Amino acid sequence: MSKKVAFLQGNEAAAHGALYAGCNFFGGYPITPSTEVAEVMSIELPKIGGKFIQMEDEIGAMAAILGASLAGSKVLTSTSGPGLSLKQELIGYGCIAEIPCVVYNVMRGGPSTGMPTGPSQSDVMCAKWGTHGDHPAICLTPASVQETYEEVIRAFNLSEKYRTPVMVMPDEIVAHMRERIVFPEQGEIEVVPRKTPTVPPEQYKPYDTSFGDVPPLAAFGSGYKFHVTGLNKMQDGFPTTKAEIVQAEEERQVRKVDANVDDIVTFEEYLLDDAEVLVVAYGSTSRSARYAVNIAREQGIKAGMFRIKTFWPFPDKQIKALAGKVKGIVIPEMNLGMCSLELERCAQGKTPVLGIFRVDGEPINPDQILDKIKEVK
Amino acid sequence: MAFDYEKFLRPGKLPHIWCPGCGHGIVMKGLIRAMDTLKLKKEETALVSGIGCASRLPGYIDCCTLHTAHGRAAAFATGVKLAKPEMNVILVGGDGDGTAIGGNHFIHACRRNIDMTYIIMNNYIYGMTGGQFSPCTPTGHKASTTPYGNPDPGFDIAKLAIGAGATFVARGTAFHANQIDKLIVEAIQHKGFSVVEILDDCPTTYGRRNKYKSVIEMMNRLKEVAVPVKAAEKMTAEQLQGKVLTGVLYKDDSKPEYTAEYAKVIERATAAK
Repeated sequence: MSKKVAFLQGNEAAAHGALYAGCNFFGGYPITPSTEVAEVMSIELPKIGGKFIQMEDEIGAMAAILGASLAGSKVLTSTSGPGLSLKQELIGYGCIAEIPCVVYNVMRGGPSTGMPTGPSQSDVMCAKWGTHGDHPAICLTPASVQETYEEVIRAFNLSEKYRTPVMVMPDEIVAHMRERIVFPEQGEIEVVPRKTPTVPPEQYKPYDTSFGDVPPLAAFGSGYKFHVTGLNKMQDGFPTTKAEIVQAEEERQVRKVDANVDDIVTFEEYLLDDAEVLVVAYGSTSRSARYAVNIAREQGIKAGMFRIKTFWPFPDKQIKALAGKVKGIVIPEMNLGMCSLELERCAQGKTPVLGIFRVDGEPINPDQILDKIKEVK
Repeated sequence: MAFDYEKFLRPGKLPHIWCPGCGHGIVMKGLIRAMDTLKLKKEETALVSGIGCASRLPGYIDCCTLHTAHGRAAAFATGVKLAKPEMNVILVGGDGDGTAIGGNHFIHACRRNIDMTYIIMNNYIYGMTGGQFSPCTPTGHKASTTPYGNPDPGFDIAKLAIGAGATFVARGTAFHANQIDKLIVEAIQHKGFSVVEILDDCPTTYGRRNKYKSVIEMMNRLKEVAVPVKAAEKMTAEQLQGKVLTGVLYKDDSKPEYTAEYAKVIERATAAK
């Protein structure tokens, strides 16, 4: 049987990926260049009895999906830079109250209104450090339309598995380019259901760590009644300021991701076996990087690419191992040096990190990357 | 026989955080009586709040409770209600939470006419943070951030709600305790977005700065300014100067309710498939 094929843009693929993952609630607010996600969801969700709501603002959209998730829905919102800034307040709420949700953020130029239709990769730090306080962060950076579809499904899975908000951050090029996409059959890609309580309602505690670092989450309206707050809380969900409980709970929330890095972190290694020059790239920039690496190889330069698919948690282990083997790391990115900071941290001074930084709304072309590869001595 | 409030209270969560003389406890008792009258099932009732003294109320009540972020109660609650329209969704909070930082969510919940009830405890001050002026602090009054008198004009919450499209709007006071549950019962029974504003007082951060000598004096003021809607009909504009209307101020059963309208969207989308 031949699979269903379509010619879609990244944003449309994201919406269809969400539906594959079982998303049945979308709350959004119009913003370029992500609005197509909302438009597709507004068409598709009611067909399956799902709910679409356009809220009064970005914060309201984030609040609505968190409320709906607590009521048992699988939820998505989509936004871009300025909207992400606004949503940070409640992304933090999702982290501390441990509410699964997926935030799809298309990276455009910034800060502020910046360049609404121009591509950028300048939100990657915002994905980890945007909301205040210590908290877990998972952020996926797809590089193609097919991958956007699949990574949105994975984002839902990670969000349910670790009971925390997950971000998917394509740059504007990936979000708006059109490519062939092959839809998986139902059941072909695993869809992770929410872990719900097995104890009777009177014994249920929403943060009961006797079930591990990721406690089961009941839904409002399912026979369980419990308390949820944005304050530091105890296992029963009620607020506390007791030092040892707050410390332990904060550490557990971060540990949910930190202790499972190998399960979460994904990447692609391209021609790395004998590489002397390491190009690290993510999103659409990796497409130029691959081209540059190919040309470098044709010219006799042993270049290879490490493509970051999961930006957060950062692939520390992999970069640290590679840093000891290469003469230099080249990092092209559409910001003024964000991933490069992480690479410098992981390189630990063992190898130089050479950045190509563009924030003019133009993609980084292969020639620029090739020139930088040649600078590595 | 005395009313048994404890059947709706979570064991071990009292004493509450409210100061002596605060009206929030009176409102909570009114809400509990209303929940009892309507025989609301705890498991099917969500009580949602924002941040502030009044927003601590859900923690004491035994049902599905959601203490959200500052001002966001209406937006979270909208998500809960749209996801599970069969649930009873009740919002509680203060005037600053609901009409300043949460003002946008408030007016849009009114506009959608989504079937939820919002109980706003209006004590015209930010109590939890120590008495800064709110959008409801009367002009000229003192707050910790209006040491020379408040230059801002205040909101009339009820008029705001009516103007924004809420279809049931009522007002009571903490002094008129017996009326509170009746207003809340009627609000919850109403199919649409209902707002119940309860005037209550913050002796700690508002009363002492505005020369109220005692809680009794503040309660007496509530008693004196309140005029039931029916009684007001027979009064002249002059007589109504400085008074506050209480009771059911507005009711409209003709406007479609949001989740019912969304159910029609699903019907249309399914038919078109």
